[in-house]
Order: sequence, then C-alpha cells, then structure tokens
Amino acid sequence: MPYFSALFSIGRLQKNFLLVLFYAFSALAVHASDSHGEAKNAHEDAHSEQKMDPGKMILEHISDAHDWHLWGHTSIPLPVIVYTKSQGLSVFSSSHFNHGHDAYLGFRLNEKNQVIWENEAITDPIYDLSITKNVLAMFLAVFLLLFIMLSIAKTYAKRSGKAPKGIANLIEPLIIFLRDEVAKSSIGPKYERFMPLLLSIFFFIFVNNLMGLIPIFPGGANVTGNIAVTMVLALVVFITVNFSGNKYYWKHIFAPDVPKAMYIIIVPIEILGVILKPFVLMLRLFANITAGHIIILGFFSLIFIFGAMSTGLGYAVSPLSVAFTLFMSFLELLVAFLQAFVFTLLTAIYIGMAVEEHHHAEHH
Amino acid sequence: MELVTPAIGLVFWMLVTFSLLLFILKKFAWKPILSSMKEREETIEKSLQEAANARAEMQKLNQQNESLLAEARAERENILKEAREIKEMIVGEAKKTAEEEAKRMIERANEEISRQKNAAMDDLKKEVAHFSMQIAQKLVEKELENNDAQKALIATQLSQLDKQQTASA
Repeated sequence: MPYFSALFSIGRLQKNFLLVLFYAFSALAVHASDSHGEAKNAHEDAHSEQKMDPGKMILEHISDAHDWHLWGHTSIPLPVIVYTKSQGLSVFSSSHFNHGHDAYLGFRLNEKNQVIWENEAITDPIYDLSITKNVLAMFLAVFLLLFIMLSIAKTYAKRSGKAPKGIANLIEPLIIFLRDEVAKSSIGPKYERFMPLLLSIFFFIFVNNLMGLIPIFPGGANVTGNIAVTMVLALVVFITVNFSGNKYYWKHIFAPDVPKAMYIIIVPIEILGVILKPFVLMLRLFANITAGHIIILGFFSLIFIFGAMSTGLGYAVSPLSVAFTLFMSFLELLVAFLQAFVFTLLTAIYIGMAVEEHHHAEHH
Repeated sequence: MELVTPAIGLVFWMLVTFSLLLFILKKFAWKPILSSMKEREETIEKSLQEAANARAEMQKLNQQNESLLAEARAERENILKEAREIKEMIVGEAKKTAEEEAKRMIERANEEISRQKNAAMDDLKKEVAHFSMQIAQKLVEKELENNDAQKALIATQLSQLDKQQTASA
C-alpha cells in the first residue's frame, strides 16, 4: 500500500507534467504560423527586455543560493562561511560577491552559484559551510516547528487530562494518526521508542514542504527538494534501522532460510536492499518536491514564453497559467502531506522489519 | 548534475539542525505531548469502564430492589392472610365460647328454675299441709264438741297407735 500510494503520487505528477508539455507544444505549434507577421515586433520587444530563459530560471529557483532573491534586483545577502587549508575559516557577507560579478578574499561565485577560487590554478579544496537560502529556510521552518510544538507541549502540561485546545486540536489528530496507523501498525509493540523520530521526521518534512509552497520570502525555498536534505533524513533512517535491528534482522540478511548455494546471490541482494531502502526514500522525496516546484514554475514561465512572442499572447495565456498553477498548488498541498506521510510510513515499516521478533519462515 | 550532488554545507547544517530538532522536540515536545495524550486516553478509558461498572451496579441494585419489593409484597400478603386467619380463628373461638357460655347460662337458669319450682312446690306443700291442719283442726274441733265422739276417736286413735307400735316392734 505505501509503495502504491507513492507510485500513485509520482504517476499523477508525471501525468500532469505530460499534460503540460502537450499543452505547451500544441500551443507553440498553433501560434508558430501566426507569429510570422508579428516576428519583427516580438524581436524588438526581446531587444528592449532582458532575454528570458525558463530552464535557467527554474533551475535557479529550485537550487540553493548564497542570497535570497526577493524581487527584481532586491535580495537578502546571506553569510558565506568557507574553510580552506590555506586561508582557514573565512566568514563574510555574500553581498561582496555582487551576484557573482566580483571576487572577494580570492573567492568568487561560478555560474552554478558555487564558491570557487578566483585563481583557477589553486586546487586547495573549499569546504563551503555557508548559511545558504536552503539552510536559512530550514532554520526558519525548524524555529516555526519548535515554536508550535513547544507551545503545544506547554498547553498539554497546563491542561493535563482535559480536551485539547487551540492549535493542539490541529496537531493532535496528526500525532494520533501517526501513532496508531503508522507506528503501532508497522512497528508493533515496541513503537513507543521510535515515536519521537517518526514525529520529528514527519513534521520536519511536512512543514518544509508547506513552506516551500509559499512563493514569497520565508517560503519558496526548495528545502525538502534538495538532495542534501533528503540524504541526511535518509541517513538518519538508515542509522536508526540498522542500529535497532535485532538478530532476526541480521540473520535475514546474512543467513536467510535458503539453500547455502543461494547465498552468493541472496546475500548481496539483501545487503543492497539495506542501502537501497533509504536511498529510495532520499530520491522519492527529492524528486516529488522538486518536480512540484518545476511544474509550478513551468506554468508561470509559459506566460513569459508567450509574452516574449507577443505581449497580447502573454496576457491571453496568463489566466490559463494561473488556473493551472492554482490547481497544481492544491495538488502540491496534498503532495506536501503525502510525501511526509509516505516517508514516515516507510521509515516505520523499515524499523518494523528490523525489530520484528519472530523467525522468518516465509521468504519474500 | 548539480541538482543531485549534495552540497557539503547543506549536509552539515542539516545534520546539526535535525539532530538538535530531534533532541529538543523529543525532550520538550513529544515526550510531554505523547505522555499526556496517553494519560488522557487512559483516563477516558477508565472513566468509561467506571461508568459501565456503575451502570451494572445500578442494574444489580435495581434488581435487588425489585426482588426486595416482591419479597415485601409477598410478606405483606402472608401477614394479611395470617391476620385474616387469626381473625377468623378469634371470631370462631369467641363464637364458640359465647355459645358455650350461653348454653351454660341456660343450663344454670334451668337448674335455678327447677330449684325454684321445687322450693315453690315445697312451700306449697307446707302451705297446703298447714291449711290442711287448720282445716283438720277446725273439723276436729267441730267433731269433738260432744264427748262420745271424742271417746270414739281416742279409741280409734289408740288402736291405731297400737297397731303402729306392734308393726314397728
């Protein structure tokens, strides 16, 4: 069932994405003939305005940055923290880079927004520990999460034994759902030990997913759609699962109930499975959230693509674009919950497999 | 590709942040929230159990009450029946005694009557004898006005006395 729902959500995104592409291409084909007459006009427009590259724009939006773009040419500079063997720790504002135009302390930004040596001949590795857009967005989400959860904990302490009140009413059903439907049913009697981890993972992903859907400042960053973030989450799951694995778990991997001759095939597969499970967790979350951001940005780009052909066409397309974006945003709200849920459920299932007490008579 | 290459900085900050988040939430949020939720659930379950127990107790009490009531009703019936019986017995006994008394009184009255009758008869006899004596006296006085007659009578009487003496001897 969890695999199914995950596949379902991916399938749905892909279907919508294909629909978008189909729409975009058919629209382009229809208007290609019309735009001949206006070609000259459009050409002049393109001259006066900065040329728009939707692919580059989308990629910039979904990747990390050393400053937080607000609007136009306004952005919040973020601290750059780099460590090198030769220069030690350097901390400075990213505004010194002037959006990649200038170099500072021998560093400059490349076109991928990475800090590199100004002098390309230096091969000393750079450890970039900057507070980037994603790091700051994550901090904000974590602060929000801490604020909500700690205040709820306080109301619980104050109103012990009474019905939940205020925001606790919003969170409690989620906690109960995760406890009863995810942890209890997947892990079994030992579920209580893993509840804090499962709840933290769920709410961390959920809050970051939702924040990512907000198009302006505290939101909009693609935190859970960043492979580094999902990698760490998957790493936490990997460590938890393998450190809580009992003898049956390890026996299942290294000495399964199959003829000894089969070990040469089965054991590597099982070991691969141990690594593959968190790896898939990492990729699923990353792919789903990034895909959502790409689709929404893609719809908006349509306005500017058509606007570049002719201003009228841009205006004509914009209501459609907005409608599709709105629809996608609603879908993304669902996906934000669903992916947090799927990640948590799969974590619980993996933990459940690791702490299961009985012998594996049947093989799967 | 840049998109799928994890950046070391983000990995570092994510590790630090998530560990701290996990630690703080576990200690200050999840533990109190989960424990108070569990506590509340247990309280509710206990209360429901108690309510069910109370209801069962109530039903038992009701049943007891009803049986007590039925018992009391039966007791009352019994008592009434007994009272009726006693009443009948008493009335019967009283009737019998009264009858006996009456009979005895009648008997006594009869006896008295007969006694009175006898006494009356005796009196009458005496009276009659007295009258007879008086009559006899008067008759005798009249008879004995001449001597001859007196002598004759004495003679008869004496002879009679003789006869009587010989008879008694």
